[in-house]
Amino acid sequence: MAKAKGKTPKPEELAKIDYSPPEKHWTEVPVELKPGTFCYGARPKYLEEVDFPNPRDWQPYEDDWKLPENWKDIVLEGMEDRLNKYRTFRLFMDICVRCGACADKCHFFIGSGDPKNMPVLRAELMRSVYRKYFTKAGKFFGKNAGARDLTMDVFKEWWYYFYQCTECRRCSVFCPYGIDTAEITIIGRELTNLLGCNTDWIAGPVANCYQKGNHLGLEPHTIQSNIEMMCDDIEEITSIRIEPTFNRKGAEILFVTPSGDLFGVPGVYTCMGYLMLFHELGLDYTWSTYASEGGNFGFFTSNEMAKRLYYKIYAEAKRLGVKWILGGECGHMWRLVHQYLDTWWGPADFLEVPKSPITGTVFENAKSTKMVHVVEFTADLIKHGKLKLDPSRNDHLRVTFHDSCNTSRGMGFFEEPRYVIKNVCNNFFEMPENTIREKTFCCGSGSGLNASENMEIRMRGGFPRANAVRHVNQKYGVNMLANVCAIDRAALTTLMQYWVPDVEVCGVHELVGNALVMTGEKERTMDLRLEDLPGKEEEEEDV
Amino acid sequence: MEIKDLLQDRREVILKKWSHVLLQSYPEETSRFLRKEKDPFANPVGSAFMEGISGIYHSVLYGVDRDEVSPFLDRIIRIRAVQDFTPSEAIGFLFLLKKVIREELFDEVSRKGLNEELYLIESRIDDLTLIAFDIFMQCREKIYDLKASELRNMTYKLLERANLLKDFNDEANGDGSG
Repeated sequence: MAKAKGKTPKPEELAKIDYSPPEKHWTEVPVELKPGTFCYGARPKYLEEVDFPNPRDWQPYEDDWKLPENWKDIVLEGMEDRLNKYRTFRLFMDICVRCGACADKCHFFIGSGDPKNMPVLRAELMRSVYRKYFTKAGKFFGKNAGARDLTMDVFKEWWYYFYQCTECRRCSVFCPYGIDTAEITIIGRELTNLLGCNTDWIAGPVANCYQKGNHLGLEPHTIQSNIEMMCDDIEEITSIRIEPTFNRKGAEILFVTPSGDLFGVPGVYTCMGYLMLFHELGLDYTWSTYASEGGNFGFFTSNEMAKRLYYKIYAEAKRLGVKWILGGECGHMWRLVHQYLDTWWGPADFLEVPKSPITGTVFENAKSTKMVHVVEFTADLIKHGKLKLDPSRNDHLRVTFHDSCNTSRGMGFFEEPRYVIKNVCNNFFEMPENTIREKTFCCGSGSGLNASENMEIRMRGGFPRANAVRHVNQKYGVNMLANVCAIDRAALTTLMQYWVPDVEVCGVHELVGNALVMTGEKERTMDLRLEDLPGKEEEEEDV
Repeated sequence: MEIKDLLQDRREVILKKWSHVLLQSYPEETSRFLRKEKDPFANPVGSAFMEGISGIYHSVLYGVDRDEVSPFLDRIIRIRAVQDFTPSEAIGFLFLLKKVIREELFDEVSRKGLNEELYLIESRIDDLTLIAFDIFMQCREKIYDLKASELRNMTYKLLERANLLKDFNDEANGDGSG
């Protein structure tokens, strides 16, 4: 081949592509709403159902968001109201020194590379407006004091980024001042709700929950028949027929779980685990078809809405005359129970301090709210030797545990799930230390972001978690990601399919149900997914 | 001396420069973080990129085997396929390796009469880009598949609950035709 003559163009000259992003100050770059990164706008019927303002057909990608003329006044008055009402909000607006400790701790920043997903900058989106209208320095010195006007572009930017934060609070673990960026997001979302700018994925469940008692809008007969279908499967697996009760007055315990456990896969397997456990214990408990939701999407709209949706649990406990409440595997439910319920209603004095009827353990940690997490309850049973377990039935699984943001950072719940898993499984492997316990990485779909239309942003946000799962998958052959949250069970399943397809997802009580040796059961040949247990496959009948 | 020896000798410098231009596709604050944080769990993107470019570089030197190189391309492209990039931006980093190699080795290559070998190396980069395009499309198709699956599963359950579905086996059992 002859040698090349003349100057060969360089590749980047041929392509003429500039890969570097524009160098502008962040306040000068208006938000661009790209498909895959945001959820659809809330339909008017959902807002009307709960008397939320400005119900109308709108979509975030449209130029006109159809806001009232005085939208700016509404937002600023809303801010002022909340600055006066919540001392934390004013404090968090004032004290950040921009040290940057939080900057690289957010899963959305890590996965997206978008600096406005740094918690410090996400908060700055609101702080800059706070300075302009609520501080003297900002009023007089404007941009020089880090202040900016509230414009339509700014409002859209708020909306985009506050619905791109899962309120997981990982950043707050690293903040030397303890600033809780999730609370800033929560207030930010409250303000967007004042103008009817919520997402359909949040507003729908809120309206359903208000009207029907659960996010999915399942009616009483559907809840009952779903659970009975699970009982059919349990009978096929164990030969034992379980007959749970519904809305039974005088039961000792009311059981409330997220509705995802009643409907979706793999949540239903977790639910089968509860049913089997309670049956084996002979627990005097009842399901409610009215207080049929442990989760609370109201929490993703406003404090008042969260409060409004949750009262049904106590109202139902009172109506049925139970002594205490047992709660299923859920994430944000437990942050609310642990951190909000007492403030809203004070001690639930009409109930008794929860006491396990099997072990006699008094759950002092729940003496005010009277609500116990089912994993605590089960850990206590195992600790007292009350369960007959055969962990070898989970030998086909190599398990790791994902700490849900809300149970770990919201209530310090680290040991109980691990204790249960280690007693029902022989193969348990931890993910790296800086990705678990209080430093756990979010699933990327919490706080109402688990819609399908924003799949790209979910995959970005979930990448740090998936990366740690990939590590234990490659190192130890982990094939099951256990967790104690209904959103995790749904969202991590999809996340794994993209990033680590060898790994499936389950609730902790699915593993419990597999291992639980029940009185009078037939020899197990299937797990709760109705899949053959290795080595125990039923021999095919001769034809 | 062959060009692959040159590329092997300058491996560290070339990889560093290549990673630098790859990271320049992110805002300054982000590229600084992706470059500096070495913990693979605190900085999974930066770590995946380093792992990816190192494996890809190996195939540039020693020949492109689709099965061998795909996991390394996947480490980078799977991430960029869900970030704010156009398809060309997502995989264009491969062409930038040509730029880095020319800047680093062009004089030496000319002096030693290794141009033909350089063309071979650049052709390998072209091959890699085609494989990268396949992987990018697989990732995007997976995203659409996941979106559709979530909706389908939800709808399927609703239909099942409403007894609007007929089990395939019911029909199969009654059908004797083959």
